[in-house]
Amino acid sequence: MSSRENILKAIRGIQRERKELPTLPDFKLEGDLVDLFIRAIQANKGEVMGEEEFNNWVSSCDFHSIISLSEPFQSLSTFELPEDPHHLNHLQLAIIQGQFGVAENGAIWLNDSQLPHRVLPFITEHLVIVLSKENLVDTLHQAYERIGEEHSGFGLFVAGPSKTADIEQSLVVGAHGAKSLRVVLM
Amino acid sequence: MSHPKAASQFLKDHANSLWHDETLWMVREKRDAISKTIPEWEELRNLASQIKDKVLSNLDVYLENFEANAQKNGIKVHWAKDAAEHNQIVLGILREKNCQAIVKSKSILTEECHLNPYLEKNGVEVVDTDLGERIVQFLQQPPSHIVMPAIHLKKRDISALFHEKLQTEKGNEDPSYLTNAARLHLRKKFLGSKVAITGVNFGVAETGEFVVCTNEGNADMGVHLADVHIACMGIEKIIPRRKDLGVFLRLLARSATGQPITNYNSHFRSPAKGKEIHLVLVDNGRSLQLAREKFRNSLKCIRCGACMNTCPIYRRSGGYSYGSTVPGPIGSILSPGLDMKKYSTLPFASTLCGSCSDVCPVKINIHEQLYEWRQEITKHHGEFGKGLSMKLASGIFKSPLAYKISGSTMRKAIKLLPKGLIYNPLNVWGKNRDLPEAPKESFQEWYKKNRG
Amino acid sequence: MKKSQPEIGLFIPCYVDQFFPQVAIATLELLEKLGCKVSYPLGQTCCGQPLANAGYERDTEGSSRHFLELFKQFDYIVAPSGSCVLHVKEHFPKLSDMEQEQNRVHDRIYELTEFLTDVLKVDSLKGSFPKKVGFHSSCHGLRGLRLASSSEMNVTPFNKAKQLLQNLEGLEWVELSRVDECCGFGGTFSVTEEALSVQMGRDRLQDHQSHQVEIVTGGDMSCLMHLQGIADREGSSLKFMHVAEILNQAIL
Repeated sequence: MSSRENILKAIRGIQRERKELPTLPDFKLEGDLVDLFIRAIQANKGEVMGEEEFNNWVSSCDFHSIISLSEPFQSLSTFELPEDPHHLNHLQLAIIQGQFGVAENGAIWLNDSQLPHRVLPFITEHLVIVLSKENLVDTLHQAYERIGEEHSGFGLFVAGPSKTADIEQSLVVGAHGAKSLRVVLM
Repeated sequence: MSHPKAASQFLKDHANSLWHDETLWMVREKRDAISKTIPEWEELRNLASQIKDKVLSNLDVYLENFEANAQKNGIKVHWAKDAAEHNQIVLGILREKNCQAIVKSKSILTEECHLNPYLEKNGVEVVDTDLGERIVQFLQQPPSHIVMPAIHLKKRDISALFHEKLQTEKGNEDPSYLTNAARLHLRKKFLGSKVAITGVNFGVAETGEFVVCTNEGNADMGVHLADVHIACMGIEKIIPRRKDLGVFLRLLARSATGQPITNYNSHFRSPAKGKEIHLVLVDNGRSLQLAREKFRNSLKCIRCGACMNTCPIYRRSGGYSYGSTVPGPIGSILSPGLDMKKYSTLPFASTLCGSCSDVCPVKINIHEQLYEWRQEITKHHGEFGKGLSMKLASGIFKSPLAYKISGSTMRKAIKLLPKGLIYNPLNVWGKNRDLPEAPKESFQEWYKKNRG
Repeated sequence: MKKSQPEIGLFIPCYVDQFFPQVAIATLELLEKLGCKVSYPLGQTCCGQPLANAGYERDTEGSSRHFLELFKQFDYIVAPSGSCVLHVKEHFPKLSDMEQEQNRVHDRIYELTEFLTDVLKVDSLKGSFPKKVGFHSSCHGLRGLRLASSSEMNVTPFNKAKQLLQNLEGLEWVELSRVDECCGFGGTFSVTEEALSVQMGRDRLQDHQSHQVEIVTGGDMSCLMHLQGIADREGSSLKFMHVAEILNQAIL
């Protein structure tokens, strides 16, 4: 008998009481979603900015390698998406369109349709996600409701920059992935 | 080494044990603060517990659904009855891909299976990519905490270690500087690995997808740059529906570190074009634990580590004092199921204070299971010998009658004898504590005189 | 109290009987002052808790049976110990021939402060106790009997002992840094894990001392005995009193 059969057989042989799955209430938040979202991103060590502030920031930075996949900022791209994601290693800035954000924790949903290379939001030195204020939901419950039966090979909630506190619990932003996250709220 | 021995050694460096206690207490305070911003917190715990109840009552069906859906999505599913088979499966994939170096993100399961030494013995270089795990890997130590693997180390230790391993400046203890050195070192590893291994936080039966949560982004850096992703998953990690993730992801990071969510929460449903995902489903004692009714719901654990941070014992004895892959309260109810003899002192490394049960996001009755393990372990007392101290079985607590008789004898003894001569348990008691002053008469004697 | 005086059986844990008779006397007198009809059934032994917590619950049938026989006829059973009450409620081995007695005792046994607040419905007590008081929340009472809200949970805060103490004239209730951390007594744990037990006790004492507490109180003498043992050994000036002693002394 295969291990698969052994394991399943062992489980089937155990007397267990029947249990029911609970229905999940539709927990919501109190307060203004935009405010809550901004505070959540800040708590996760990200930043939220408007279009103008973002433009000022980009022009002050003098990045020489930018990939922008967000329509309003397409002109900022300095090079084409490479076929091999390893070539993204020295990418300084990726600008991605976010699907929607979650006000309770700042998480932003991306999937394969925003990520031609799944590694893009991780490997880039700085990450910018463009998000419409209209596209905010209260909590993760509404978030999964919204994702629904969407079928994507990969989906990602990104809520901040790469960070760690593994050395004496001191927070350091910029572990292996993006060293910063900026959300441009349109 | 027994827990009491290891604990007293850890306590000898008082400054260090105090730091350990206070640092983990701070993490618990962060968890308390954030959990109190969620009005429905206790309801979420109930829901999570109920969902896991359902999973455990229907695990065979969910596993089959999960497998079928994952296969439909192009994921290759493997089954391992134990650690040895798990390790062989992983090595088999590596051999097939002709791969001699891999990156691996945090997976308690692979620690449990001792995958690293097995692969290394077979000529594979394994690089743990979580910063804390890389640190302990350099030191050839296991993690001392499931969420904060290097919490037992101080920055001066890490500075010295990185100076040796990564040629950082001698004496530079700045966490940002050290983290950046690890970033540069690991970036090369990410770029050069054809195979990446991750653990799994949740497997969704309804979709066949699985979720991996990190703050560092190390799991994703590894798997998206590699050709092959191997995900190792305990069979209890299943949840029924995608929307159940809403409940668990709301609880997980808040319970673990007091943050609202981990910064990266990746949902893997099918491999990217031209790539492969292998999923290894591992039993390794889980179906046995499922069969033990009193201990069944220990399998609800989502590995947040909150019970370690709150445990007054763990904070003062350190993760290594447990000698088990998963330390702390949850480890002390899981480990005896794997090897009762080896871990026989762990369920006694507790005052049954119950803080672990109240902090647990899936409401495992941890302290009650510690009590139940004690009842099991003492049945095998003879076989286990000295590991479980004989003091427990003898001395003043032998029987109610003996206790009763010894009560009055004891009062007299305390009055008459110098402290050093009072017999053993009291001797231990008296090392650092005075005994209460013996009263003239017991309450019973007083009552007969005054109310009789 | 209601007109038909309920009969209250006083359950005095063995170590209180032997080492802290003053706590038992205070409990009895306090209940009497509040108009209760209390009697103390003679022949009480250890309830079996130390044995059960050490892993020998199966050897406590005899003591459990004895306890049920002694207390089964009472309307209420009250004890100045959360820990022993929890043991009687949750950890008596199942005795198939005494199921009825067991259920009855389970539903009628109370720790002292919860008996006062939940059965006698005492909102606050009149009396005076002009001291700075630190409260040690013993774990079994706290998380087993829910005598107070535990700091881990997101529930409306409450504390039954505080409810009784806080209105005493002059009593200053001290908020600790760690409101309900374990003191490290833990029964046999205090001996088998001596080093940890003592360190945990020292840390609790430090919390009280740093808040200038004069008197440490609590609902379980076992924890207080452990804390006092350390405090006395280290020459601390902290005093220790059971909640029953404070209340009995305060309300005159």
